[in-house]
Amino acid sequence: MRILLTTGKEYVCVMRLHTSIQEKKIRKTVDEFIGEIYQRPPLRSSVKRVLRKRKIYYIKNLELKDNYILFRVGCQAGTYIRKLCFDIGEVIGSGAHMVELRRTQAGPFKEDDSLVTLYDVNYAYSLWEEKEDESYIRKIVQPVENAFQLTPKIFVRDSAVDALCHGAGLALPGVLKLHSRIKPQNIVGIFTQKEELIALARSMMSSEQMMKEDHGIAAKIERVIMPIGTYPRLWRKKQKEV
Amino acid sequence: MNILIPWTVKPKILVKSEEGTNLTYGCFPEKRPIQNYLHNGIINLDKPPGPTSHEVVAWVKRILKIERAGHGGTLEA
Repeated sequence: MRILLTTGKEYVCVMRLHTSIQEKKIRKTVDEFIGEIYQRPPLRSSVKRVLRKRKIYYIKNLELKDNYILFRVGCQAGTYIRKLCFDIGEVIGSGAHMVELRRTQAGPFKEDDSLVTLYDVNYAYSLWEEKEDESYIRKIVQPVENAFQLTPKIFVRDSAVDALCHGAGLALPGVLKLHSRIKPQNIVGIFTQKEELIALARSMMSSEQMMKEDHGIAAKIERVIMPIGTYPRLWRKKQKEV
Repeated sequence: MNILIPWTVKPKILVKSEEGTNLTYGCFPEKRPIQNYLHNGIINLDKPPGPTSHEVVAWVKRILKIERAGHGGTLEA
């Protein structure tokens, strides 16, 4: 689950300026906040309050009414939007604060058909329990694999799966397919050919190296997800001492 | 300025070697038996404002009659 905490986010936000400012100036100032910004977490926050760098991917769909500004912002994990609003207000010169905030995306999860309410969950469960119809609950709940849509993946042979479940490093001969753009020390998802998540791992080489080399450890396991014994144990057991 | 937005990056799939998979073992995620599916599932939940993430997780646990559940992040403005 931790992976969601570290992925990019998108929010829709309403902020209010403390005095009325020309539209042109507002738009120009807001645009200056796109890119890399420095931010000190607010007084009331759950992290250490040191200046840190965060990326603002975009601020778009800006709408103005009276002193209210509505916008959509895409940003790196750990960006404080309340602080962003305050800082925009400082630069504009009027002062400003955040009025309302809604997260519209966290990593791969968006405000789309997959977004459900507690009522949906309740209804789907009762359909399954009372009418034994599992089709609706299968739409409400998604496979855990969906959380890793933005995580680089490596697909392995069936024969490598059980060793990985035991925590063994992923050796190159076990690798069948992989995503491009992997760099050493990235968090990668190790998957079966049926696209089941086996484990999360830390890459030891880049995609290019994994394609070129034939031996060596491609990735070290960080967290095993699949239970041991899901796939047969094909690796040799060390001879037991008598 | 050119900033890469993580969710717009589409990686290529590089093939190192080809091999089939034995259908006797494992299971395609979508086809998992329902109990198994629910215990390894994720809900993209529209949390109402008011109750905390922890409270909502507790409700979901009660609705689905499951023991283990968690959430992937609180909205800290």
